Amino acid sequence: MATTKRTVEVELSTSGLDPQGRPARVPLVTDESGNVMTLEAPPGLEPELTGEHMLINIGPQHPATHGVLRLVLELDGETVVRCIPHIGYLHCGFEKIGEYRQYNQIIPWTDREDYLNSPGNNVAFALGAERLFGIEITERCTVLRVITCELSRIMSHLVWLGTTCIDIGAFTPFLWAFYQREAIYKLLEDWVGARLTTTITRVGGMAADVPDGWVDQLKHFVLTFPKTLGEIDRVVTRNGIWVGRTIGLGVMSPEEAVNYGLSGPMLRASGVAYDLRKDFPYLDYETYDFDVPIGTNGDVYDRFLVRMEEMRQSIRILEQAIARLPDGPVNIDDHRVVLPPKSKATSDMESMIHHFKQVMEGPRPPIGESYVAVESPKGEKGYYMVSDGTSKPVRWRIRPPSFVNLSAIPKMVEGHLLSDVIAINASIDIVMGEIDR
Amino acid sequence: MTAPVPFSPVLAGAASPNAPAPATPKSVPHRGGAVNPSVDALVQKFGTAVRRVDVVWGETTVVVDVPRIADVVQWLHDDPGQRYDFLADVTAVEFRDVEQPIEVVWHIRSLPYRRFLRLKVLLEKGAALAVPSVWSIHKSADWLERECFDMFGIKFEGHPDLRRILMWEQYREGFPLRKDFPLRGRFSRSEQLRQALAANPEARYSMEELNIAQAYEDLPDEMRRRLSRGEKTGE
Repeated sequence: MATTKRTVEVELSTSGLDPQGRPARVPLVTDESGNVMTLEAPPGLEPELTGEHMLINIGPQHPATHGVLRLVLELDGETVVRCIPHIGYLHCGFEKIGEYRQYNQIIPWTDREDYLNSPGNNVAFALGAERLFGIEITERCTVLRVITCELSRIMSHLVWLGTTCIDIGAFTPFLWAFYQREAIYKLLEDWVGARLTTTITRVGGMAADVPDGWVDQLKHFVLTFPKTLGEIDRVVTRNGIWVGRTIGLGVMSPEEAVNYGLSGPMLRASGVAYDLRKDFPYLDYETYDFDVPIGTNGDVYDRFLVRMEEMRQSIRILEQAIARLPDGPVNIDDHRVVLPPKSKATSDMESMIHHFKQVMEGPRPPIGESYVAVESPKGEKGYYMVSDGTSKPVRWRIRPPSFVNLSAIPKMVEGHLLSDVIAINASIDIVMGEIDR
Repeated sequence: MTAPVPFSPVLAGAASPNAPAPATPKSVPHRGGAVNPSVDALVQKFGTAVRRVDVVWGETTVVVDVPRIADVVQWLHDDPGQRYDFLADVTAVEFRDVEQPIEVVWHIRSLPYRRFLRLKVLLEKGAALAVPSVWSIHKSADWLERECFDMFGIKFEGHPDLRRILMWEQYREGFPLRKDFPLRGRFSRSEQLRQALAANPEARYSMEELNIAQAYEDLPDEMRRRLSRGEKTGE
C-alpha cells in the first residue's frame, strides 16, 4: 500500500491541535483515502547516527576562549572525540625584540605577555637579570617584591574567577571580583602611575619606593578583601550548578600532570605539592609562613578550590610582609647598574657619566646564562637569559606556564561534552598574550 | 616510539626527607658553585658522552653528545636516584658569533629531590639541525619542541607532529629567532601584507588533519590505542 507523508503546520496561536483534535506539527501518514495511519517507523529507516562526526570550530574570536585561541573539535553527537588547538594569532615576537633591547628596556615587554600578572612578570624578569649581573638586592626591595608578587597573584586569580564564573553562568561574582581587582589597580596606580602595564621593577631595585601612606592603603585592602572572598565562596563553592558543571571534568592524574608539564594550580589540583616558592625559593619565601593547597581529584572543581585557597594564603603572606617591611634603600648602591638620582646628574660629574653610560650603552652583565623561575599565578614562569658580555641579551626566553598547560587540553577535553570544553578551558587560566608572545 | 615509560608517581609529600631544606640562593658565585649531585652519576653512566660540565651562577649545565640526549633524559627520568620527571623547557640559543654552534637547551627538574639541571647539545652550523625528540618521555615536550622547530628550524626526530605552531603553515620567510633573520622580517611590509591577504585561511590546516578516519594512520600510537578501545580520556 502506497503511503504519503505530510507534515501539518498550524498557527502558533492555536493550542497545537489540528481541527480533528490530533496533535499538530507531527508527520502524519495517510493512505490513499486520507485516513491517518499509526506512526510506526519501519525497521532500518532510522539513519545510522553513530560514526557520523561533526567538526566544530570555536574561536579565534570567541569570548569563552579567553583570547584568540582556536579549538577545532570533532564531535560524535555532543561528545568531543578529538580536539586540535591552534595558537599563534597574537604572536608578536617578544623574544626576538628582546635581543635588540637593553635589560631595563625589556621589562616593559614583560608587562605585555601575561598582561593579567604584569607586576609579577616584572619581578621575575628582574630576578633573572640580577642573577645574570650577580646582584644582591636590598632587604626592603625583597619585601616590596614579595608584596608585588602576591598582589599580582590575587589580581590574576580574581580575573580568572570572574571570567570563569561568567563562562559557567554566574554573573554576580564577576562584579565582586573585578571590584576588588580595581582596588589593587588603585594601589599600583598610586605606586608607579600605571594600572596594567606597571613596569614596576628595575634591574637592581624598583621603579620607585612606595609613596607615603601606601602601606596603610594596603593594610585596608588586606583587611577588606577576605570579606569579599568569603562572599564569593559562599555564593559559588556549594552552588549546585557550579558543582555540577565542574566536578569530574578534565581530570589529570598526578603522574599525567607532571608528565604533561603542568605547573601552578593545575598541577597542585592534581595532588602534586609542588610550589616554586617552597621547593625552589626566591625572595626569601622560605621565611614566610604559608600553606600550599593541593587538590585530590585534579578536576575543574579542585582547580577552583586551589585558586580560592591560594588567594587566602596570599593575604597571609601580605600580612607578614607588611609587618616586616624594613626601612632602608630600595635600590642597590651600584651606579653602574642603577641610575643615580636625577638631581645629582646635573650637579655631579660622576653621576652624569653614569647616566650617560647607562642610557646610551646600558649595563653589561658578564658572560653567562641564568634561568630563574617564579611561581606565577598560572604556574612556573621562567626567564632564561644568555649574555655574551654586551648590554643586550643574546637570547631571552620566556617559559610560559599557560603554553605548556594548554598543550594538555586535548587530553583533558576528549571524551567530554562540548559544553564542558568551555569549563575545562576556563580552568586552565590561559592568557593568550603569554602563549603566543 | 619506545614502549610506555614506567613512571613512579610523585605524590603529595613525596619529596625526599633527606634533601636539605630549600632556601633562596644568596651570594651565588659567577663560576664554580656547588655542582648538582646528579652530575657524578651521569658521568659515571654515560662516560665520554658527557662532554662538559659548567656551573654558571649556581646552575649546573651538562653538555652531552647529540645522539645520546634522549638516552640521558630517559635515564635521568627513570633512575630511582634521580627522577627528573618535570621537563620545564626546551629551547635553543644562537649566538651572534657565527662561528659558535647553536645550542639546544633542556631545563629539567627533579621534583622529589628538588634538583634543577640544564642539559645542552651543540649543533654545528652547516650540518643538519636535528636532535632526538624527548616526546616519548615527557609529553610536555610536544609543544615546546614544536615551538623550537618553528622558531629555529631544529628538527626533533621522533616527534609525532612536528609542524609550525606560532607561525602559520604557509609561512615561508624562514625561522624568526635565527640571527640571520632580520628583526623586521625578510620581506617588505607591503609584500608581507600582500601575502597575508592572498593567503587562504582554510588551507592552513588540511582536511586530512581534521578528518580522523583518514588521519588515523598518522596518529600517535597511544592515541590510536585509546580511540580503538573507545576509551574516554580524562575520566
